[in-house]
Order: sequence, then structure tokens, then C-alpha cells
Amino acid sequence: MKSLAELQALRDKVKTNMGIRADDSGNTRVVVGMATCGIAAGARPVLQAFTEEVAKKNLQNVTIAQTGCIGICQYEPVVEVFEPGKEKVTYVKMTPEKASQIVQKHLINGQVVQEYTIGAVAGSKL
Amino acid sequence: MYRSHVLCCGGTGCTSSGSAKIIEEFEKEIAATGLTEEVKVVKTGCFGLCALGPVVIVYPEGSFYSRVKPEDVKEIVDEHLLKGRIVKRLLYTETVVEDKIKSLDETDFYKKQKRVALRNCGVIDPEDINEYIAYDGYMALGKVLTEMTPEDVIETLKVSGLRGRGGAGFPTWLKWNFAKAQPPGQKYVCCNADEGDPGAFMDRSVLEGDPHSVLEAMAIAGYTIGASQGYIYVRAEYPIAVKRLEIALNQAREMGFLGKNIFETGFDFDIDIRLGAGAFVCGEETALMTSIEGHRGEPRPRPPFPAVKGLFGKPSILNNVETWANIPQIILNGPEWFASMGTEKSKGTKVFALGGKIHNTGLVEVPMGTTLREIVEEIGGGCPNGKKFKAAQTGGPSGGCIPASLIDTEIDYDNLIAIGSMMGSGGLIVMDEDNCMVDIAKFFLEFTVDESCGKCTPCRIGTKRLYEMLDRITRGEGKMEDLDKMEELCYYIKENALCGLGQTAPNPVLSTLKYFRDEYEAHVKEKRCPAGVCKHLLQYQIVADKCKGCTLCARNCPVGAIAGTVKNPHVIDQSKCIKCGACIEKCKFGAIVRK
Repeated sequence: MKSLAELQALRDKVKTNMGIRADDSGNTRVVVGMATCGIAAGARPVLQAFTEEVAKKNLQNVTIAQTGCIGICQYEPVVEVFEPGKEKVTYVKMTPEKASQIVQKHLINGQVVQEYTIGAVAGSKL
Repeated sequence: MYRSHVLCCGGTGCTSSGSAKIIEEFEKEIAATGLTEEVKVVKTGCFGLCALGPVVIVYPEGSFYSRVKPEDVKEIVDEHLLKGRIVKRLLYTETVVEDKIKSLDETDFYKKQKRVALRNCGVIDPEDINEYIAYDGYMALGKVLTEMTPEDVIETLKVSGLRGRGGAGFPTWLKWNFAKAQPPGQKYVCCNADEGDPGAFMDRSVLEGDPHSVLEAMAIAGYTIGASQGYIYVRAEYPIAVKRLEIALNQAREMGFLGKNIFETGFDFDIDIRLGAGAFVCGEETALMTSIEGHRGEPRPRPPFPAVKGLFGKPSILNNVETWANIPQIILNGPEWFASMGTEKSKGTKVFALGGKIHNTGLVEVPMGTTLREIVEEIGGGCPNGKKFKAAQTGGPSGGCIPASLIDTEIDYDNLIAIGSMMGSGGLIVMDEDNCMVDIAKFFLEFTVDESCGKCTPCRIGTKRLYEMLDRITRGEGKMEDLDKMEELCYYIKENALCGLGQTAPNPVLSTLKYFRDEYEAHVKEKRCPAGVCKHLLQYQIVADKCKGCTLCARNCPVGAIAGTVKNPHVIDQSKCIKCGACIEKCKFGAIVRK
């Protein structure tokens, strides 16, 4: 350790791993359905993809969490994105590839990926 | 990148209730479910709620699981970590209100707390320096070395109003300034981690949960007073603390926070550990330094004060673990921030080890000036089994008892002295109506008699005589003039003993005599122990009308003191009875009474 600046740089680097333990009430929450139906439909790789992408892009204000079954098992894997002060967005029939697109487009650029939302996929069927 | 962190308490409290096994189970189950890449298990220091251990917190949800058993781990992994369903039955009940989950900060135990010295305990992995750095670790040292002069540091401490947390409450800046004013040359920085008060364990928790904060602060002190060597004097009875200190020292050396040319400023500083062998007197500063030198731990007269002539005859400062843990925060957040907490003459926060007859046994940190009532009733949850609060003992064997009538006292250094107790290191033992105050005074005296080093007469012989008088009173052999004699002897010891141990040893007797004189008088005049504790003043009797002659008591009496035939009332032979109370516990008919 040679200087204060070097220490600050190290701190900022290691801090990203600790964000998970901070108060996350102002964070965007990405919630992956991880009930039996979700896991069977492949929710695990989706969850992993979100975790990896968020880490890669160094997004500080995003919390990844899981939840149980929300009752639309035929559309699993289901992912819900909660942004503070905004309407919840529900993505369905997710894949790891779709997950990385959502991280880039929705979480970073703020554009909801309409084609993967439940409204677009299920359409008039719901 | 992990999506979830599982924090298990690895403090001594939770370790003794089995947390090592829990951590092992978590690692096994997480591997079995294939979550190793996603979930990180972290062994932290003490969360403070030792009564509920082993404690586990799962992030990002912040779910607080208490009293976790190894067989519960699979359920937490399968339900919570895999499927995101919080295992409600294991949550700390305080956090579940009307089926909604509150955050830990909103619970009664944590709501009134302000964690400064304990800020990282239970939050970081104490064996990983990177986690300390992530929470601004060693930033204060960097700032001091590159941006501040030693004078700036002294001024900062002066404005902050920090006083020593080891007991006496001496202003920290003043102590440092004395040592700094000595001519340059070999000087030493020492850390007092010889926590000996029965019931106090805050220093242990800081060392176990956040060892780097102490190392960082000691290096700051080294720079300020011009010392290049530090010593941590820690009890050998704290194996976890010693192990984590060693790990922390090695990591700090590897990263260059200790050693030569720190932050390339030309400042050299290193720290060694010295183990104490468990003598209470070695917590006294001159005795501690004598012990580090390799001699028998005995105090020596002051002056010269250690700041002038201390360890190895060189200028030395000694601060307590909790004092050290506050210093990096004062540097980083500014002295005004620290001085904004607390009372006029006692700034900042104080850690208390809550013990005795209280619901939430554990470690709490509150701003100075918090009332005893807030600590005992709100944070501590009051006495269990609906018993009435009678007194609180602060300061261990050096302190005194605060009666229920003074429960609204705002706790700070000066208020405690004014009511005949002292802060001490912060042990806070709660007593209810079942505690006999004479017995309590006798307990602490027994401790000091045992721990007196024997160097000076007032302490060696005075405490022994005091103990004998107390013992006579608890046997019902005391006389009223003993009470006055005891008081006189107390003042004599206080004025004449060589070191802090002797000077404060009579405090438990004096304060109980002052506030609970009626209990002493009951023992002496009526030969009666009002709380029913002192065995010699008790009698167990069988009420013949209620006794069914079931023989259960006679069979359970360890000394065969109960005689009687089946279906006939039994009788206790008082000359044989050892008053163990086994019969009263076994009797199904409430036929045995204690008088």
C-alpha cells in the first residue's frame, strides 16, 4: 500500500462485494421466481445470469432476489423488476440470453424490453 | 459475485452454542444444492444478541434467524437460499409483527443502539482485511499519515471529548499529549485487552469481530506520540480473539499497513501480541506493563506515570480496546460528529455487556446519557419471569450497585461516580428480587481477595478482613457495630491501596451498604435473608398437613436428611440439611417451605 489514493481504489473495488449487506430500500429489485415450477423451467441459469451481468456491469443499486411461485407456472421462468416509484415489470419465459439483454436495456438504459414482458408474450390470452 | 451472503456469528457466545457446526452444515448443504458460486458463507464477530445464539443473518433480505440448530440449516438452504422463501419459524420473533417482517434496526434491542465501536462486529468477516477496507478500513491511518500532523491528531481527539473506555474515563488526548511531549526516542503504544471484570466481554467482541480497527488506531497513536512499536496485552483465555488478532496482524503487514515506511511516509510501526495469564490486576496499567516486561504482574506507585516512564522505562501509552475502536471513526467522521453524541462531559457511545437477570443477555452500544431504565427495560427486555428489578451492578468488582430508585439515572462517567458506582469497563449485571445484596457484595469481595496481588497491605489484608465480616453477616453471626467497622475499613482501603484494584475494591460493599442497609440489618438483627439466598439463614420445613408421604423428597435428598414412612408426613433433620433445595423442587404437593 503506497498511497491513500491506492487504498481508496482498493476500497471501491472491494466495496461492490459488500453492497448486498447494506440497506437496499432504494434499490431496483430483480426478483426471480424460484419455486419448483420456476426451477424446472430453468430459473437457476437465469438467476445466475442476472447475478453475473449485474456484477460485470458493476451496478451498485440492484438487488437480486428470489421468490416463490406467483401462479403463472406456464410462463416460467418469471422475473419481476421493481424500480422505486415505478410500476412493476414482469418478464416471462426467461433465458440467460434474455437476462443479459434486460440488464443492458432495462437496468442500465432504463428501457423496458417490451417483447419479453408478460403483456407481449401472453397477449390476449391472459 | 455472490447473490446472497449468509452471515454466521463466530463470536465466543455463539461458538459455544454451536455456531461452528452451523457454518459447517451451511457449507455442506450449499455445496449439495450447487449454490457454492452464488452464496457466500461469512463467519463474523458478535451481533450482540448472545442470548439468542447461534445467530444467522441472510442478505440481501437481512433475515435474522436466531437459535439456529444444525438440523435447521437444510431448511434454510432449501427454502430461503434456493427458493427465496424466508423460514419464518426461525426468525427472531421480535422481527415478525402481524406476519410482516421488520428490519433488525426496528427491534427494541437495536432501535436505541448506536454502534460506533461495534460498527463492524457482526457485519464483516474479521479474518478478511478486504471486508474491513470495504468499510473505510485504514482510511483514517492513511489520512493521518498523509494529511495530518501529530498536533492535529491530538487536537482532533481533544475536540471529540473521547475518554478512556477502560474504566477511569481519563481524557485520551491528554494521555497521548503527555507521551508526545517526552523527548524523542523509544516510546511504546499498548493495548489493554486484559478484560477481567466478571461479566464484561465487549473488548473480546471487538477483537473477535473487528480486530483491524484496534491495529489501525494503534498505528495512529504510534505516529502521534512518535512510537514505532506496539503491544497488545490480551488474555490467553480468549483464544478466538488471539487467533483473529494474529491473522489480522499478518494481513496488515502483508498489505503494508504495519511495518516499514507505511504509506511511503517514512513512518515505521509494528505490533506484537503478549498473552496474559489471567490475573485481574494485570488490567491495571503499571501491572500490565510490568507483565509485558516479563516480570510478575504487580503494580507500582505512580508517579512517574507511564506516559513519562512506562514500559521498559520508556514513555508509553495504554488504552483499552474499546477506546481504540472509536479512534478511526473520530478521524474519519470528524471530532464534532463524535462530540454530538453523549452528555456534556462524556461524549460518544459506550458498550455495555448486559448480563444477569435480564431477557436479552448480550452486548449493547448506546450513546452516553442513556438512562438505566432504557437499557434494562427497553433494550434488555426487563427481568425474566415477571420478577421485579432490584438493582444493577456496573463496573464489576470495582463498581457498585445502582438501586431501582435510581433507574432513571443518565449513565455517564460522572453520574455513576456520583451515585457511588463507576463505569468500569461496562459490565452491567441486572439483579431482581431473588438476589441478596449482601451476598452480591460478598461475591465481588471474594473475587478481589482472590485477585489481590498482595503487594500492598490495605488491599491484601484489608479486603480479606472485609470479606470475613461479610461472611459472618451472611452466616447470621454479624453484629451491628460490624456495619460501621466495615464502612470505616472501606474508606481506609480506598485511601491507602497502591493501585486501582485496591482503591475500588470496597465499592460493592459501600454502595450496597448505602442503598440496601435494611438488608444488612435484617441479616444482623433478625438473622434473616430477605431474598432467601444466604443458606445459613434459611430453613427448609415440611408442612405436615400437606405432606402425603410419597417419599419423593427423601429419595432425592443427597444427604439423607429427610426421614419418614410411606403415607406419613416426613420431617427434615435440620442438623443434616445442606439447604440445597432439591426437596422443594421435587415435591409435587407444595408441602416444603423455605423460611
